Amino acid sequence: MERIPILKMGPFLLVTIQVDLYDRLALNLESDLINMVSKTGARGVLIDISAVSIVDSFMGRILGNIATMSRIMDAETVVVGMQPAVAITLVELGLTLQGVHTALDVEKGMELLQEKMGISEHPEQDEEEDQDDSND
Amino acid sequence: MQIVREQDVVPFRNRVRELSTKIGMSLVNQTKLITAASELVRNMLKYANGGKVLLETISKNAQAGIRLTFTDEGPGIADVQQAMRDGFSTGKSLGLGLPGAKRLVNEFDIKSTVGQGTTVTIIHWKHGR
Repeated sequence: MERIPILKMGPFLLVTIQVDLYDRLALNLESDLINMVSKTGARGVLIDISAVSIVDSFMGRILGNIATMSRIMDAETVVVGMQPAVAITLVELGLTLQGVHTALDVEKGMELLQEKMGISEHPEQDEEEDQDDSND
Repeated sequence: MQIVREQDVVPFRNRVRELSTKIGMSLVNQTKLITAASELVRNMLKYANGGKVLLETISKNAQAGIRLTFTDEGPGIADVQQAMRDGFSTGKSLGLGLPGAKRLVNEFDIKSTVGQGTTVTIIHWKHGR
């Protein structure tokens, strides 16, 4: 069966959606991602939707689900690269993607994830406990 | 165009895109139309096990537009007004499909008879009004 590949990059998972998703594919992605988060202990999920031309309420719900599930698994989700026309349509549709972090592109999304995790540019500042999850 | 499986949705969306590109619709308007169409087609699959969509190019006052007619022979909608309200859903969805689709297109018409099926017609003009 067709699947969307999930790449692991350090503490993050990276997904680039290159095709128009039909429902089964989107649901597979949802469960694959959550399994990957659990297996790898990833702290962040980055979803690039720059190639996606249509986000309807189903797709929006999947994105929201992924974010909520990941958060329960202690990982943050950032959706990046949304096309302007898609953003306009989403708002008129009535979908606000609550709880989903967004960034303009992959680079900014990565920065945001690192910020969220409290990872600075210096890797030696690697502390065991970070309790900044409560303030967002 | 027949819609019977969820795999039919993507080709259907592509057909709508082709047609709206042909009449020179802008990207934002295309996206709105296709998203609305996607919602309606999903409803058709979910509640009526599929149905038919008629794709037409029309024109009014020298402006081109696209009319999509979704016809199914499903259970019908008992209370259309209720179904058109935000957040109402008999399935497990967000309840944005019908009201959301209506907001996205210029003209929206729904007719439903319980036990016979539902027909939804949407029109979106080239310039989006």
